[in-house]
Amino acid sequence: MPLRGTIVVDENLCKACELCVEACPQHVIGLNAEIITPRGFHPAHLIKDECTGCGICALVCPEAAITVYREKRGAQG
Amino acid sequence: MVALDIKDMEIVYRHPDSLVDISTHYCPGCTHGIAHRLVAEVIDEMGLAKRTIGVASVGCSAFSYNYFDFDFVQSPHGRAPAMATGVKRSRPDRIVFTYQGDGDMISIGAGEIIAAAGRGENITVIFLNNANYGMTGGQMAPTTLPGMKTTSSPNGRDVEQTGYPILASELLATQQGASYIARRSLHDPKNIRMAKKAIRLAFETQVRGLGFSMVELLSTCPTNWHMTPANATKWLEEKMLPYYPIGDYKVHPELSELKV
Amino acid sequence: MAKELWKGNEAFAEAAIRAGLQAYFGYPITPQTEALEYMSARMPELGRVFLQAESELGAINMVYGAAATGVRTMTSTSSPGTSLMMEGLSYIAATELPMVLVDVVRGGPGLGTISPSQGDYNQMVHGGGHGDYYPIVMAPAGVQETVDMVYGMFDIAEKYRSIGVVMLDGSIGQMIEPAEMPPMLEVRKDIPEWAVRGGAGKDKRILTSINLDPAEMEKMNLRLLKRWKEVEKNEVRFAEYYMDDAKIAIIGNGTAGRIALSAVRTARAAGIPVGLLRPISLRPFPVQAVQEVAAQLDNILVVEMNAGMMLEDILKIVQGKTSVEFYGRIGGVMPYPEEILAEIQRIAANPAPIKGHPRDLWMERIEPVINQ
Repeated sequence: MPLRGTIVVDENLCKACELCVEACPQHVIGLNAEIITPRGFHPAHLIKDECTGCGICALVCPEAAITVYREKRGAQG
Repeated sequence: MVALDIKDMEIVYRHPDSLVDISTHYCPGCTHGIAHRLVAEVIDEMGLAKRTIGVASVGCSAFSYNYFDFDFVQSPHGRAPAMATGVKRSRPDRIVFTYQGDGDMISIGAGEIIAAAGRGENITVIFLNNANYGMTGGQMAPTTLPGMKTTSSPNGRDVEQTGYPILASELLATQQGASYIARRSLHDPKNIRMAKKAIRLAFETQVRGLGFSMVELLSTCPTNWHMTPANATKWLEEKMLPYYPIGDYKVHPELSELKV
Repeated sequence: MAKELWKGNEAFAEAAIRAGLQAYFGYPITPQTEALEYMSARMPELGRVFLQAESELGAINMVYGAAATGVRTMTSTSSPGTSLMMEGLSYIAATELPMVLVDVVRGGPGLGTISPSQGDYNQMVHGGGHGDYYPIVMAPAGVQETVDMVYGMFDIAEKYRSIGVVMLDGSIGQMIEPAEMPPMLEVRKDIPEWAVRGGAGKDKRILTSINLDPAEMEKMNLRLLKRWKEVEKNEVRFAEYYMDDAKIAIIGNGTAGRIALSAVRTARAAGIPVGLLRPISLRPFPVQAVQEVAAQLDNILVVEMNAGMMLEDILKIVQGKTSVEFYGRIGGVMPYPEEILAEIQRIAANPAPIKGHPRDLWMERIEPVINQ
């Protein structure tokens, strides 16, 4: 079972460009239509559980808006 | 969805220290932001923030000094390599880099960049090539592709009238004073990783006192290309890469042995 | 220190070095090139920065970068080069950085001549590039005065965080005269508070000339203007010769003033009561001194090595209170003392106020001379 991860998107920075949505190998990122950021964007967020914390979303993010977390190796027991 | 407690997790990626935690003026999806982030990460990883002076240029990157969290000066259009020379010669122990777009560096600033490379000026140049003048609204640049429509080449760049794109990396690599010249692209994760390594090598070049280093970063301009950010990356891959091949155009022997 | 024979261009280079110059950037251009050549040998010898730039654009922007780090820095050039530097000068002024420029003026417009001229008066005194600011501009009349002026200009530039310009014509750059060099000052070790040095986080400094908010830019312009008012209060300089009992005043700066002084001495020997007011600071201009001359004397003769650029400033100050005439040579031609003496004799013989613009009347007189 792959390591599990998650992302935290800084809503002050995200501009909803969707490059992370496009790049995510797990297809687990989408825009959150329920939130409008201070700059008027629907920010990116996780839409499914299968984030592996691979960091590719952060790599393509032009705003450095994404912090990526991953389970520590061995934490699954 | 099952909530994960981030306190128990390791951070795989976070906002670099050398990047100010504010929203940029760049359009959504513009790869300037990626280039900024990569430079900031390299500065952080090399521990250079407290001895770096950046030189901003004119164009969309004019305000880059607001986003990097270390000393910056801002130069007239195209003159960043000259200004950086003045900074570096006055404070040779500092790390000095310019951040320039294609109009700035290879049109109005072609003289300054070639002279700096020829002198082997021990500075680093981060060169963003998005094939148009972004800040003024998408006019034709020396880097605009043949046939490419811009606001000042509405029928597509006519090479009979306006000539051909200037290949900056190939040009600068012919200079004996240049020690590291590489072209990379910011259109997908693999290329972004490669771009970061090139930026690292460019700063390593300067730290080692080897002379002039420049990384050309092929970039998107979704707004002026009239495309979504995702489509812009595809357009870059399909149209720009054939004209502007990524690769190492000059690598000082001392760098080729370096693992980064 | 004893007097030695110095060529003007080399003399001001050495004077700048003795003032603690840390970084020089320049580009060859006649009649200034000896300064660049002198610096190329002397600066590295002292472990200081010398670099021959790719152009005057390069040179001024290297100065911009060096000035941003807080070192004493300068460039020198001649008129076409000065034109190219206007861009950088405006940016440097907007960034409020101190620097020194020595402009060894030659005849123009265009590539013009390589001969002495005062044709840069307007582009320096009324200019210095786009936007609302003034460089501090001073004009020496000989090698010793050039040495002292360049030596002192760094302090002035730093005091006001402004551009200090020493504007001399090509003849002073090229002539050899006895001059005494000032003592060698220590090179500054500290970094001024405002300079970039490599600082992160709360120590970060930004030096820029952009301020897209007009309200903020207006405040910045006002700050520059208020600082300029201090310059006007403190830095006006001029010299007066034989003015105590003069009835006719010649006003001329730099070499034009110096040549006029020869004519004044000859005229005095012949009993003509003529004196000379030589503005040394051209920006700030010695307005009050000219006003006093206008209030007390019947005739003013403005002498320049251009077609009457300072003349316009003087007409504005005099406001018709006294008769102002003009004599100039243009395009790189220097006036002989005899030409100015003839003008003095003409005015002394007929001191009645002139009718018409002094430039128009001068053109009528000078055209046959030029076409001779």
